[in-house]
Amino acid sequence: MGITQILFWFLSVVALFSALMVITSKNPVYSVLWLIVTFFAISGHYILLNAQFLAIVNIIVYAGAIMVLFLFVIMLMNLNKETEPQKSRWLKMAGAVAGGCLLLVLVAALKDTDMKDQQALVNEGNIGLIKNLGKELFTTYVVPFEISSVLFLSAMVGAVVIGKKE
Amino acid sequence: MPINYYIFLSIALFTIGIVGVLTRRNAIIIFMCVELMLNAVNLLLVAFSKMHHLKYAAQYDPRIGTDGQIFVFFIMVVAAAEVSVGLAIIVMMYRNIHSVDVNFLNRLKH
Repeated sequence: MGITQILFWFLSVVALFSALMVITSKNPVYSVLWLIVTFFAISGHYILLNAQFLAIVNIIVYAGAIMVLFLFVIMLMNLNKETEPQKSRWLKMAGAVAGGCLLLVLVAALKDTDMKDQQALVNEGNIGLIKNLGKELFTTYVVPFEISSVLFLSAMVGAVVIGKKE
Repeated sequence: MPINYYIFLSIALFTIGIVGVLTRRNAIIIFMCVELMLNAVNLLLVAFSKMHHLKYAAQYDPRIGTDGQIFVFFIMVVAAAEVSVGLAIIVMMYRNIHSVDVNFLNRLKH
């Protein structure tokens, strides 16, 4: 078992454990912090797959900007363990069973596919580097890139309009 | 790494997100679980792009598989826009009804 495998299993366990802690923590602030841990584990997976650009973007955009926004909103509303609304035990169990059924169906459907001999290239290959992705982004995908800037502008205007006091 | 491992890891993360959406009542936590699902899909897309690269780079284009990672980048862009608008809606909702409990938001049901 090489260092790559050890890292893969370690990051997978960290991602799954922290994802479980996100949905089981009573305090919303702890949920946000565990979600940040999940995003760091997923960024580790990207680095393992040599998708360095996406790893950095994931850390900056998700763990940096988006989660700080979540944390900021939660602290603004002063949410804590006491104000956290809880579903009844039966509804929680029903939700868990429904999710478990989905997991079961997906795993059963994909267990015997002929993907077994397919490998994901780990730790090499240069398609995930900034040089290659940037070149592709600004030549082939330049129109969607510009459209996304319009999307951001409209999202910004929308957020200001919605959040404004009457 | 075998692609199967990535598929099952992503399925597990996605299912955890779905269970979170179904079992929580706090609108912000539900929103965070949606982000978790988006990230599970992103991870699988990157793994598939590397798989595709390994299989076809030698025969065809050496840059094959880049599209998948560009797609992940655009998913992140859309997610960021979505979060800003969604959190603005939640803040407005909190100002009006002083709660983030989704059970209070069932007026469409009646």
